[in-house]
Amino acid sequence: MSFIKGIEFLFRYTGRLGIFVKDIFYFLFTHKRTFRSVSKEITFVGVDSLFLVTLISFFIGVIVAFQTAYQLKKFSSEIYIAALVALSITRELGPVLTALIVAARSGASITAGIGAMKISEQIDALESFAVNPVDYLVVPKFVGFLFSLPLLTIYADFLGILGGYAVGATKFSIPFNFYFSMTFDALKYKDVGTGLLKSFCFAAIIASVSCFEGLRPLSSSDVAKVVTQSVVKSFFLIIVFDCILTALFYFVFV
Amino acid sequence: MSIIRIENLCKKFESKKVLDMVNLRMNKGEAFLILGRSGAGKTVLLKTIIGLLKPDSGRIFIENADITHLTRKRLDKIRLKFGLVFQNSALFDFLTIEENVGFALYQHSNLTKKQIASAVKSALEMVALANIEKLYPHELSGGMRKRVAIARAVIYRPKIIIYDEPTTGIDPISVDKIVSLIKDLHQRLSITTLVVTHDLNVGLAIAQRCAFLLQGRIIFDGTKEDLKTIKDERVIQFINGTSTGPIKEMEV
Repeated sequence: MSFIKGIEFLFRYTGRLGIFVKDIFYFLFTHKRTFRSVSKEITFVGVDSLFLVTLISFFIGVIVAFQTAYQLKKFSSEIYIAALVALSITRELGPVLTALIVAARSGASITAGIGAMKISEQIDALESFAVNPVDYLVVPKFVGFLFSLPLLTIYADFLGILGGYAVGATKFSIPFNFYFSMTFDALKYKDVGTGLLKSFCFAAIIASVSCFEGLRPLSSSDVAKVVTQSVVKSFFLIIVFDCILTALFYFVFV
Repeated sequence: MSIIRIENLCKKFESKKVLDMVNLRMNKGEAFLILGRSGAGKTVLLKTIIGLLKPDSGRIFIENADITHLTRKRLDKIRLKFGLVFQNSALFDFLTIEENVGFALYQHSNLTKKQIASAVKSALEMVALANIEKLYPHELSGGMRKRVAIARAVIYRPKIIIYDEPTTGIDPISVDKIVSLIKDLHQRLSITTLVVTHDLNVGLAIAQRCAFLLQGRIIFDGTKEDLKTIKDERVIQFINGTSTGPIKEMEV
């Protein structure tokens, strides 16, 4: 019985989320919005996450370099860490880790913020002024995410590669020019491009899920619950879509 | 002429009946009071009137137009006829007081920033506040926030203004100020005023007619004078504020 209920819940949830995303796109293309409302969200999602993304992606670059060197040492071809770091960061780790960082940081805070507004009747107040909360609150955040996350991903790719170089230069004394020519030999446009496509998709997931969850709570004790749910569901969907997209790209861009 | 007419309104949450065959009629320009205990369905009734909640059955007429099954766009037009003062003021905490009070004008008018600023100033003067335009809601006291919320609701001159528990959580002196402010605004702007409260003294000070809501049903509907001669034990118990009588604690 509970299994059937679980299935029912899953369908109901995805259905509502789908309608919510449809609303986002409806307002995105039919209503005007000010530059100020969008730029505020870009600052919040993009600029404020910069420091965290810097730290984490640099360290991930270092880690990947060491881990690949561990294997490459067997063939005494440590010079290939440049290519391996570049590929693994741009194709996979850059987009996914940046998305996870932003989901945990900005997504959670958006859910909590909208949830608090819902509890204190501010969402009802918006509607009583004939302003749709999706139009006024959600769409600017959605645009903010769609704009910031790919930019953050490019930045994370860059810093990850720098992290790899830090290892290459200090431990294996690879010269700067050589390291980067190895990097750019291995990288193709499609590597960066598929990474960016992924990050667009992740941005849409985080924005929709975190706002959708935020608009759900009915009492103040629900806020903690929906924040947890928002982060868990964002993480889950990011990984699921990453899997789907990676498989798709594998067959499409051979 | 009635400005709000409610016919056989029913609303259920899951299996709990919150509104049960509610019939009400509010006349243009009057001050109407809906009394009831906490949890009697007062806020749900309000939210249904302005279309934030959809009723399960029954109909609502605003100025003789049926709003029960309107599309979102049409409903938005109806909503601008209402000014709503929420229970906890519900000021937007990410906006300044000026942006809060001028919110409806920023959203729905083509006025310039300067014109809105002066409209905000005069709206704040109406509620006896000044020089707080640049502050944020969390920097104000509860009573001030309530007055800002009133200014926000009257700035675009709605036809009906609704107060949801206007005096809850405010000290007695501020309560008195708010009550006289509501009375004053009602007389000065001659807007239809609907007050929903469990505080009998506050309600009767403002309103001319009132209705009593108990467990989702209207058990009394009449003028203030009718209330004095009423025989219904349940209403008498509420007026006297005693815990013994036909209304039991369990019935909440």
